[in-house]
This record gives sequence, structure tokens and C-alpha cells, in this order.
Amino acid sequence: MPQNEYMERHRKLHGRRLDYEERKRKREARLPKIRAKKAQKLRGIKAKLFNKERRNEKIQMKKKIQAHEEKKVKKQEDKVEDGALPTYLLDRGVQSSAKVLSNMIKQKRKEKAGKWDVPIPKVRAQSDAEVFKVLKSGKSRRKAWKRMVTKVTFVGENFTRKPPKFERFIRPMALRFKKAHVTHPELKATFHLPILGVKKNPSSPMFTSLGVITKGTVLEVNISELGLVTQTGKVVWGKYAQVTNNPENDGCINAVLLV
Amino acid sequence: MEVDDSDDRDAIHTIQARLVSDTGEEAGPPIDLPVGITTAQLTLICNALLQNEEQTPYLFFVNEEEVKQSLDKAIDIKKLDTEALIDIVYQPQALFKVRPVTRCTSSMPGHAEAVVSLNFSPCGQHLASGSGDTTLRLWDLNTETPHFTCTGHKQWVLCVAWSPDSTKVASSCKNGETRIWDPNTGKQLGKPLLGHKKWINCISWEPYHDNPDCRRIATAGTDGDVRIWDVVLGHSERILSGHTGGVTAVRWGGSGVIFTSSKDRTIKMWRASDGVLCRTMTGHAHWVNNLALNTDYVLRTGPFHPVIDKLKKYSMTTDKNELREVALQRYKKVCPDGVESLVSCSDDFTLYLWRSNSSKCVARMTGHQNVVNDVKYSPNVMYFASASFDKSVRLWNAHNGAFICTFRGHVQAVYTLAWSADSRLIVSGSKDSTLKVWSVQTKKLEQELPGHADEVFAVDWAPDGSRVASGGKDKIVKLWAY
Repeated sequence: MPQNEYMERHRKLHGRRLDYEERKRKREARLPKIRAKKAQKLRGIKAKLFNKERRNEKIQMKKKIQAHEEKKVKKQEDKVEDGALPTYLLDRGVQSSAKVLSNMIKQKRKEKAGKWDVPIPKVRAQSDAEVFKVLKSGKSRRKAWKRMVTKVTFVGENFTRKPPKFERFIRPMALRFKKAHVTHPELKATFHLPILGVKKNPSSPMFTSLGVITKGTVLEVNISELGLVTQTGKVVWGKYAQVTNNPENDGCINAVLLV
Repeated sequence: MEVDDSDDRDAIHTIQARLVSDTGEEAGPPIDLPVGITTAQLTLICNALLQNEEQTPYLFFVNEEEVKQSLDKAIDIKKLDTEALIDIVYQPQALFKVRPVTRCTSSMPGHAEAVVSLNFSPCGQHLASGSGDTTLRLWDLNTETPHFTCTGHKQWVLCVAWSPDSTKVASSCKNGETRIWDPNTGKQLGKPLLGHKKWINCISWEPYHDNPDCRRIATAGTDGDVRIWDVVLGHSERILSGHTGGVTAVRWGGSGVIFTSSKDRTIKMWRASDGVLCRTMTGHAHWVNNLALNTDYVLRTGPFHPVIDKLKKYSMTTDKNELREVALQRYKKVCPDGVESLVSCSDDFTLYLWRSNSSKCVARMTGHQNVVNDVKYSPNVMYFASASFDKSVRLWNAHNGAFICTFRGHVQAVYTLAWSADSRLIVSGSKDSTLKVWSVQTKKLEQELPGHADEVFAVDWAPDGSRVASGGKDKIVKLWAY
């Protein structure tokens, strides 16, 4: 152990070697190569420690470079963005995309597009045989005029059953639905909305009147909780939506709102 | 109605009187009145007898002589025949009433982006609107057409504020610049006021009675600073820093105090003259969104009494000191002891009522179910109304913060509201693209004003009550009138 700061003392008395700076520069220049070789050779815990240290160094270096580059770049004028918001909404992270399209544009779009321009234009036709299952009745099971609907149905609130004798179509309770998951295509948000009725089942008008819901069926849903307003300020509450999944397979109805 | 007359030492303490209209119809049966009854008490009695739904002010006359303060000052009791019935003639006074706006008088297109801020001048002659298209527009209210387009800002014009003498408009943009404009030429006055590092949330002018030159403004920046500027010299006089969050609102009170509310959940009071922090009011649990002073209306209109002096042309003709005196008197009337009350609304769904002489709140008002975005005192300082994102507007008693009623009807968040000059009506602007006029008296919806195609961001009722202006995302400024 040195008993004194003799190295410093010597340096003060005699100065450094004449080629000290030169040697130092060269040593430093060689250092990366030495370290690279070391990085390849090391094994085990030492390698681990070394790599960790090296990684941190690199991160710091990159950060420094980035900072310097940022300093060089002159600040450009901020472009004026669209969708101006008042001060009280600026920091709220309002989903500016939520209602990107103003009602006005929606209105125009509606006028341009045909009324039945729907998201799923082509639907596989459902045959009667697929939708209805023949039920045998009568004492000796000879009669076969009863049908059971094998697809999801919507049955209105005020539906009352006919006497079983005259009840030709049976809509099983387990396949009756009251609500649908409706996606608003512009809001990109899905709502669980009550169904008001089946507007059209493209396969057959009879399915429409029975309330059969298959893929491509147009439903009327209650959107009052979305709080949409017409041009005249009235709350919109009924809107059409088209079913996008096969409800009988999935156990839920997914639909997309027609706007 | 029955007034206690238990004191029997003086023989003539009550008189028999009946209230008679100037056409001679009796308001009710004769009543015993104490001689010391004041006009205010007489008004109450008269209103009760006539079963008026709303309080009407009356003038009272006895023997053709007006009762100015109390009955015994108007009549000579000594000479009075106490057995006889005295006729007190009452005369209803005209009530200033703002008629509810019912129709859109004009939709003024012009802005190329959403209209974000809107303000009538205190004299009611000008309207300025700031928009996302980086311009401030001044509108001609007589023809309801665009008057001037003030270009200069580089970003959305977020706030607009008129000086109390209506000769200057201050506007600020999202870059943190503030510019001053002359409403008569549409030209910029002086240099832009640079200094804020982020956008400005609110601008407040120095009250007229403090300085009739209207030279100083206070701006609330999102960078947490409040700056006081001299708009003539165009430099920042003072920086009030102390808030740790963005400052959401600033109000230059009438007694030389600046009130600021911030996102750091506090409200601070500063002395305007030297920028010393006087008081910090804590209580809110989340951002404080807005502030309202009970003197807001008188400070905004300054020397203009928008109702009485509607046709009087000011500022050019009258001496400034005279006007200053008027402004001071109006201020003193609302706030005689210099202690202002203020309400703050917050993201924690509550409102707090404060007085400027204590850092403890007077009342904490709960009831809203979502962020409370705006609160405004009625011009007569009897109520204040709050607009919330829970789709409702609530009315509160300004004295003790008691809840009065809820106005429901909007189907989306209510952004802002404005009071009519007679404090009988409120107009609210909402995300659901409608304006609704609410009656304070009946506590019901008075009028629904659809017409905007998208969210309504800014609403203002002219100080003289003649019209309402609104602007929103559909880029159109609409004017509404009766």
C-alpha cells in the first residue's frame, strides 16, 4: 500500500512523460478492439456482467447521440391541426376520432349511397329445410305440419301464443334474443342494445315476419343510449343494423349499425 | 303578513290601511300595518295579496306622496286620524325582462374550422369569435354579417375576451400567444404578447374601476403560470408562478385580487399590484375546471349598464373618471365590503363555494354525476348554474350553495351555459348539437333550439339580453333572438 501520494508528487515535480498524451490516445483508440475481443472470449457469469454493462453503455451512447441530433434540427412551425377543440376539452383525451365525421357529412353520405347499401351485400340463402325442423304430432306421430325454428329469433314483447293446436311455428325460448352487440362503424365502439324488431331477413319474407335472425338480417335497434341527435334536435332512437355473424352458432348477435 | 305589534307604549303604532291600485281596485281586505313598515315589506305584502307568481317591484303612494323608505316618513302620524282607513296606492314598476330566444335569426358561415370561443362585447355592439382556422372574426350585429377577419395567430384561437370598455379584444391561441385587436378597424394593436410556453386557457381584463384605460390583462397558461401583461407596452409585467398544474381559469377580481384555478386541485388568490400569493384554497380532489365570481357580470360590463344605457353611446363622449365612478358603484352594489364569493367546479363532480376572506369553503355542492365543466353566477347574484358532462344543468342558491333544481333534457354532455341579463333564463350548449333555454322561475325547459349540425362549443348571451350567439364544430356562428 502506498503510504503517500507519491505518484502525484512525482508528477508535480517532474511532469509527465513527453509522449504521455500520445500513448494515452493510442491506448484509448485500441480499447474498443480489446473490449470486443474480450466480449467474445468471456464465458459464464463474467460474460453476463460484462454484457450487461456494455448494453447500458450503448443505451447511454445512443441517447446522447439522439439528444445531439435533436439539438441540431431547427424547430419547425407546428402545423395547424384539424378538429379544433375548446380549452376545456384539450387535455381530456377526447376521442377526437370518436365523432370524426360530423352529422353533416353523414347526412350527405346517406343521400349519396343507396338506401340498402349494406355492409354484407351478399348473403347465403337459407332454405326452409335448414331453418325449420319438422315436428311430428298426433297420437301416432303421423302428422307433420308443425315446424320448429332452428335459428335465433326475436319475439316481440306483445307476442301471445296461439293455442297449441294452431301453433304452426315454434320458436324455442332458448333461441330467443332481446339484445344485440351493435358496432358503430365510425365510433369504432360496440354497444349492447335492445332489439326493436326484425326489419328484413333477406332469405324470405316469411322469416322476416317470424323474426328469424341469420347472418345478413337487418334489425332495428334502440340506440337512444348513444345520444345521437337529428338535425332538428330530436333524439334518434331507432336505427337499422345488419347482423354480421351466425347467431345460431355463436350464441350472441353481432351487428353493425347502418349509418 | 301579520306584523307583530306587541309594543303598546306608543298609542299609535299600527294603522288600518288597504292597498289600492291606481285605478282604485282593492288588492285585499284592510290590514293592520305597523307605521314603521318599509317599502320592501310593503312589496312583499302586495305581492302576496295579489298572488303574483313572480315578485314584482312596486311604488307606494299615500296622499299622492311617494313612500320612499318607510310609511312613517311619508305620513305625519301626529296629524293622522288613526281610526280612519288609509289608502296606500301601489303602482307596479316595469320589470326588465329578457324574452327567451326562440329562433335562429342568422347562421353566419365564414370560419373554416370549428368555432371554439365566442364573446359579446360589454356594450352589446360587437361579437368576436375565435376558431380552429387560426382567425378571430368580428361580426356586424346590425346586419348579422361578417365584419372583420383578424389573421395573425398561428394556431387555434382558444379564448376571446373583451376589455370592459369594449375598445379592445384580446385573443389567445394554442401556441400561447395573445394578441390585442381593435374592433372598429379589425387591426392588431401592438405586438403579440409572447411568453407562455403552452396554450392559454383563460384571459381576464383588469376591472374598469381599477383602471379605466383597460391596459392590463391576466392570462392563465397550461404551463402553470399566470402572466400579467401591459397590452400597450406589449410586455409581461409579472409572472405569477406557484401552480404545479395547468391554470384553467383566471378572474381579476374587483378588489385588486386575482383568482386562479388550476389542475393541481387548488385555487389561489394573488394580489394584483405586487403578485404576492395571498391565499390557497384546497378542497377539490381533481382538476378545478372553472371559476365564477359573484362580480363577474358587473366586472364584465364595467361602466355599461346594458339595460338602462342600451342606446347611450359611451366612451367617446363621457369622461373616464365619471364612468369609473359608475363602474365602482355598480361593483360596490354587488360586493359592498370587498369580499367576493366565488364558485369553483371540478372534475371530482363537485362544486365549492368560497369567500375571498377565508381559505375555508362555505359549502361543498355534490349532486353531479360527471365532470362539472362550467359554472356561472346569475347577473343578480341570486343563483349560480353549473353545466356538467352528466347531461344536466343544475341550479344552486348563491348565498349558501343550496341545491335548487336540475334541468334535464340534453342527451349529451353539456359544455357551457350563459345567463340572460335579467337572471330569469339560462341557455346551455351541449355536445348533442342543441341549445336549450331553461327558465329559472318555472324550473323547466323554456325553449329548445336545434340547428347546429354538430357539437356546440361556445355560447354567449348578449349583456343587454337581446340575442344569443353560439358556435360549434359545424363552423357556423348562429345568432338567436326572440
